[in-house]
Amino acid sequence: MPIRKVVTAGLVTVSVAALSAVTACSSSSSSSSSSPSSPASTTAASSAASSASNPLSSSAPSGTVVVGSANFPENELLAQVYALALQAKGVKVTTKLNIGSREAYYPQIQKGAISIIPEYNGTLLSVEVDKTSTAKTTADVDAALASGLPSTLEVLNPATAQDSDSITVTAATAAKYHLKTIADLKPYAASMVLGAPPEFKTRTDGIAGLKATYGLSFKQFDPLDESGPITIAALTGGKVQAADVFTTTPAIVTDKLVSLGDPKANFAAQNVVPLVYKPAATPVITSTLNEVDSHLTTAALVQMVNAVVTDKQNYTTVAQAFLQAIGMS
Amino acid sequence: MMWSWIPGNWSLIWQLTWENLKLGVLPALYGLVISLPLGIIAARWRWFYPPTLTVVNIVYAIPSIALFVALIPKFGLTDTTVIIALTVFSLCVILPNVVEGMRGVPAAVTQAATAMGYGPLRRLALVELPLAIPVIIAGLRVGVVSSISLASVGQLIGVSSLGYLFIDGLQRSFPTEIYVGLVLVIVLAIICDLILVAVRRALTPWLARS
Amino acid sequence: MSFFSWAWDWITQGANWHGSGSIPPQVLAHVGYSGLSLLIAALVAVPAGVVIGHRGGKAAIVVTNFANAWRAIPTLGLLTLLAVYFGFSPLTWLLPLVALGIPPILVNACEGVAGVDPGVRDAARGTGMTTWQQIVQVEVPIALPLILVGVRTSAIFVVATATIAAEIGLGGLGRFIIDGLASSQYAPVAGGALLVVILAICVLALFALISRLVIPPGLRDQGRPQ
Repeated sequence: MPIRKVVTAGLVTVSVAALSAVTACSSSSSSSSSSPSSPASTTAASSAASSASNPLSSSAPSGTVVVGSANFPENELLAQVYALALQAKGVKVTTKLNIGSREAYYPQIQKGAISIIPEYNGTLLSVEVDKTSTAKTTADVDAALASGLPSTLEVLNPATAQDSDSITVTAATAAKYHLKTIADLKPYAASMVLGAPPEFKTRTDGIAGLKATYGLSFKQFDPLDESGPITIAALTGGKVQAADVFTTTPAIVTDKLVSLGDPKANFAAQNVVPLVYKPAATPVITSTLNEVDSHLTTAALVQMVNAVVTDKQNYTTVAQAFLQAIGMS
Repeated sequence: MMWSWIPGNWSLIWQLTWENLKLGVLPALYGLVISLPLGIIAARWRWFYPPTLTVVNIVYAIPSIALFVALIPKFGLTDTTVIIALTVFSLCVILPNVVEGMRGVPAAVTQAATAMGYGPLRRLALVELPLAIPVIIAGLRVGVVSSISLASVGQLIGVSSLGYLFIDGLQRSFPTEIYVGLVLVIVLAIICDLILVAVRRALTPWLARS
Repeated sequence: MSFFSWAWDWITQGANWHGSGSIPPQVLAHVGYSGLSLLIAALVAVPAGVVIGHRGGKAAIVVTNFANAWRAIPTLGLLTLLAVYFGFSPLTWLLPLVALGIPPILVNACEGVAGVDPGVRDAARGTGMTTWQQIVQVEVPIALPLILVGVRTSAIFVVATATIAAEIGLGGLGRFIIDGLASSQYAPVAGGALLVVILAICVLALFALISRLVIPPGLRDQGRPQ
């Protein structure tokens, strides 16, 4: 009996040790989550010189680049486009997708735990770099970013593709109140509930911006999601009468929603732009990403997002198709 | 239900399952390793237990996402953050069972062991712990199952697990992904549970005979 | 600890106690989600557990194993699934929370009733009690400490997890956590989390009080923590 116990205990100990070893090897702190089904992606298993002891101050192991993404499909798609383009040029890439809010990933990219993340120049500027910025056009925003970003970060060339916030209503509402631009909402806002991502409440171009630019005061603000199914359901179901819907959201077309014009430019330009940790940006990386962005138009982005969200195609499949079309796979 | 999605994403599914397994099993094992000495102390020195239990009850009430967020500044967006948080939660489940298991050993048995000449350490290793095994493993089972399940919440801070299928499924209104994730989490948990039942049976042959 | 200082500063700020999205209505909403879910879970699990425990035998073992498997169901998964199908309906948050709350109550009710001393059962039958009277007047009161421990454990799970309602745009204390995360503000995240913990402590205290009132003194020492 004691022998049986000892053997079992020994087996258990060995399996614990094995699992721990597996963990230690395959998860070096910063590059731990490997890319979902990305063809040539390497887990950072090779990077034995991992920063397991001090995760925050680690930069990605030399030679391997970490592409991160925020927690919504379009951003994950863009991250895959960047990752696959870089891999096609021979760069070793690991992806860390669906990180979540900017609060979670921004400090990480500042320290180099992530090397690249697809960003939107306007939001990046007003949320992280300069909350009081009044820059609205692509050129102004980029200039403000260039001077305002911390020394470890830089943005590369912006794509022409934009995905901006827009105040959107259903076709019925637009017809009922004859709405074409945000300014047209003024007489009706007080009886309307506005739905938007939670951060809309505190962002300068959010509730406060709508008030300052267009004099709008909504009856109530409902925090929803990032222009996802919850927001669309709330809008089409009548829970909210107006919502912040991102302009590349497929539902705008499929549910016949109307994005109101923004003549006074409450929302700044929101070009897709790679945010990069400077020490990790080799010339190959910079030129590859700039080349990708030069081909990325709003129409192409909308089409890709539609493929992924409406047709449920895989992110890597759609990203690969795009890169093939522009000759970068 | 888009069945074709499954064969088209084997490597993704396999990878996420493996990550989830690691994030579920390791915290439970670490929790056990920490609970054993703490539990033995609490069983022996009675005054230690009630305050420990209160702390444990309170800590277990912390929402998992909040604990993850609290740990990010120190440990980053890594597996480590999730593993530490889940170890803490497993501890909350396993520790009371270690104490109960130790306390549940009949006094007559420990006295008999002493009478036979067993010193305290030998008594602990060869009599008290073995008898406490069923209760301890019951706690370990709950710890493993709840860790495997909670690991999915780690996806909200970007730590890969089957939770990715839940979030992505919601964002794309794609229930297929969510069903696959749900089934796999449950299957994983059941397999680990059964393994632990087998371990218990192997470690306590006298119970099978009685 | 900086977490506590962030949380405490935020909670004690007067502005956070006034207005539509402030602390009092969210606490109320949170208590509402948790309370309703717990009530339904108890209404389902207590009778089921009592009946199965009374029958005893294999059924009781099956229940324990089943409840363990049930515990494996990830609440996040249920929530996202229901959100895809039902959107904003109360079912979206109610079903996952009820599902979460059932196992501890079920297992404890079952074990509590199954663990009643056979001698006591015999005595009850001997005094002429019908099965129904036996269950209600003897077995349930004896199992009550354990049942209450189960309900208390469930209550803690449900209160902590009701934060998920905020994921689908509803209220509750999770609102502060989700909104804080989205707006890069740590204070509401810490404050919301601390409030949930405080609420849980209140639940513990409430159950201690209920135990004291409801459980006859002779049975009080039987409530083992699960």
